[in-house]
Amino acid sequence: MDHIDFNRLKTGEVNLGTSIMAVQFQNGVVIGADSRTTTGSYIANRVTDKLTHVHDRIYCCRSGSAADTQAVADAVHYQLQMYTQMSGGPPPVHTAAALFQRICYENKDGLSAGIIVAGWDKEAGPSVYNIPLGGGLFRQPWAIGGSGSTYVYGYCDATYKEGWGRDETVDFVKNTLALAMSRDGSSGGVIRMCVITEEGVERLFVPGNELPKFWEGAEVLGHAKKINQAEGLAPMVVEA
Amino acid sequence: MSIAAQTDSCPRQPIVTGTSVLALKYKDGVMMAADNLASYGSLARFKDIQRLHPVGKYTVIGAGGDMSDFQYIQKFLEQLIIEEFTSQDGHDLGPAQIHEYLSQVMYSRRSKINPLWNSLLVGGFKDGKSFLSYVDLLGTTYSATTLATGFGAYLAQPILRKEVEGRENELTEEEAIRIMESCMKVLYYRDARSLDKYQLAVITADGVKISESRHLSTTWSFAEGIRGYGAQTQ
Amino acid sequence: MTSIGTGYDLSASTYSPDGRIFQVEYATKAVENSGTAIGLKVKDGVVLAVEKLIHSKLSVPEANRRIQTIDRHIGLATAGLLADGRHIANRARDEASSYRDTYDAPSPLKNLAERLGLYTQAYTLYSSVRPFGISTILGAFDKEGPSLYVIEPSGVYFGYNGAAVGKGRQLAKTELEKLKLSELTTKEAVYEAARIIYLVHEDAKEKEFELEISWIGQETDNVHLPVPRELQQDAEAKAKAALETFE
Repeated sequence: MDHIDFNRLKTGEVNLGTSIMAVQFQNGVVIGADSRTTTGSYIANRVTDKLTHVHDRIYCCRSGSAADTQAVADAVHYQLQMYTQMSGGPPPVHTAAALFQRICYENKDGLSAGIIVAGWDKEAGPSVYNIPLGGGLFRQPWAIGGSGSTYVYGYCDATYKEGWGRDETVDFVKNTLALAMSRDGSSGGVIRMCVITEEGVERLFVPGNELPKFWEGAEVLGHAKKINQAEGLAPMVVEA
Repeated sequence: MSIAAQTDSCPRQPIVTGTSVLALKYKDGVMMAADNLASYGSLARFKDIQRLHPVGKYTVIGAGGDMSDFQYIQKFLEQLIIEEFTSQDGHDLGPAQIHEYLSQVMYSRRSKINPLWNSLLVGGFKDGKSFLSYVDLLGTTYSATTLATGFGAYLAQPILRKEVEGRENELTEEEAIRIMESCMKVLYYRDARSLDKYQLAVITADGVKISESRHLSTTWSFAEGIRGYGAQTQ
Repeated sequence: MTSIGTGYDLSASTYSPDGRIFQVEYATKAVENSGTAIGLKVKDGVVLAVEKLIHSKLSVPEANRRIQTIDRHIGLATAGLLADGRHIANRARDEASSYRDTYDAPSPLKNLAERLGLYTQAYTLYSSVRPFGISTILGAFDKEGPSLYVIEPSGVYFGYNGAAVGKGRQLAKTELEKLKLSELTTKEAVYEAARIIYLVHEDAKEKEFELEISWIGQETDNVHLPVPRELQQDAEAKAKAALETFE
């Protein structure tokens, strides 16, 4: 036992292949995630909850290694409980994000964790923080993360507007995640969302068979349909 | 092999990164420029990141390279400034001291085979004197009246030298802005990790000023008539 | 001082039969011998003031300050042993810095007072140490607004609207109670603080003293700073004038 190959250990790990998201709006934040956990291409869990409570009004969305992100979230959850007892009030979202950031930065070599922290506090109102792989800390009005997110940056840039209400924000998160899940093999299952406001945290659920539908390619070209329905249109016509 | 042994022996790679920083000395002090992009590989991930950071009353540092390391540098410099402030001894840190401190930190981290993955420019103005120096992840340092990091060292540095050297005491702020703008434009055209949104910092006898984000206007219309890649005409 | 010679006053780790720790009480005596320090928590900030007694005509003016800065937004004034005050200030700086490091935010004064209270109390438990011979006034402007605490040599700490420690504390407290602290501005409080320090110094008139005043609040962008020289001079002139007309 004097030699452990950490790279082999990491490759066997359970991963949250993941599409995660958080968006700030007037009175709160909407966070969301898919539910797929994989080991390689096997789906280890198809109904995972990646929206993790760390305080009354602060949640995080986890992507990367399941083991790593659970350990980090547990540690921050503990530290926030201590903070609350000692200071006599709930922590600001920024504080929670700073605690995540510290762990992710100081252990960047050992951790695979991309975490979005979001919530509501009385100083700043709603806020969203992104902590990507190296352990940097970035505040954003909206954040996406996980392997699925790369497919939907364009959609988010084109769609997001400032000043939305709750319902528009929920739809934005739902549609973005559905699009990401449909293109990313490591994401899928159901959509879980939370709406976090001063009043409380509301859980929303979209089952895998009721996801918003977008263009999914033409139907498989069976024998029922003729390939060239438009008469006189020859294949591979090149304009002269 | 322990975890410590592993992390000590193989340097990490930067993940969320910033690109070039430019700086020049002019009549009233020092001007610096950096765009607002933090990349994630080739993904333009964060488009509203400030890479010029004031330290104390007389200094600005501009960073390329790993942004999480840059945030760490910002944090410990903030603590250093507070330490200096609370001692209430009538002294405060100028750009030269901050640069020296940074170079010691950068070199000691590279010697632990765990470098802070940045190229930094330190610009400042104190006691009537301009200051401009470079320090990087290896602890390498040098000074000049114009400096550029990253791609800027190849693309902008020659322009800066031509425009500035020998004219440091004549250049006005307006001229300096024009030079910076033209360099940032070249970088935007030729650096695939750059953005057309950037900020300027000026450090003069009046202290530190960091501008709002500025937008580069670019020219593409000449491309409309281009056909093929050689003999083709249509 | 009936306790002297009984043997129960030699160590902080030994109670007397009636449940007292004499070493802590002696520490309080060290505070009572010191020039007065006061703190005022007002509408938009905090003012700290100290009557610094000059023990030698050869000492450099403004040296050996008894008001110190802990963090940008926190000031500290001590009454008692000067060196103990410096030690506690350094400890306070470490605590404030470590809070910043962990939470990426300035330390609330409540938190700092608790940590320093705990630290001070630990020096009342062991035979190998002596309790701190100081009372500490902490002033800050944090996210809750202006804030003022006092820590005693025993380690107890309380929050106050107005605080006074050291030789002239009784008279100073009486004067502070007359003020409508919650309605004063920091600028007005500077004048009151100067007046009170000059007033309590009347009892030790034969000794020279220097007035130290600092403030934190809207006036200073929530940074702990000595009050500007002109303002202090004006406040001192008015304080001297007020003495003439007092009672």
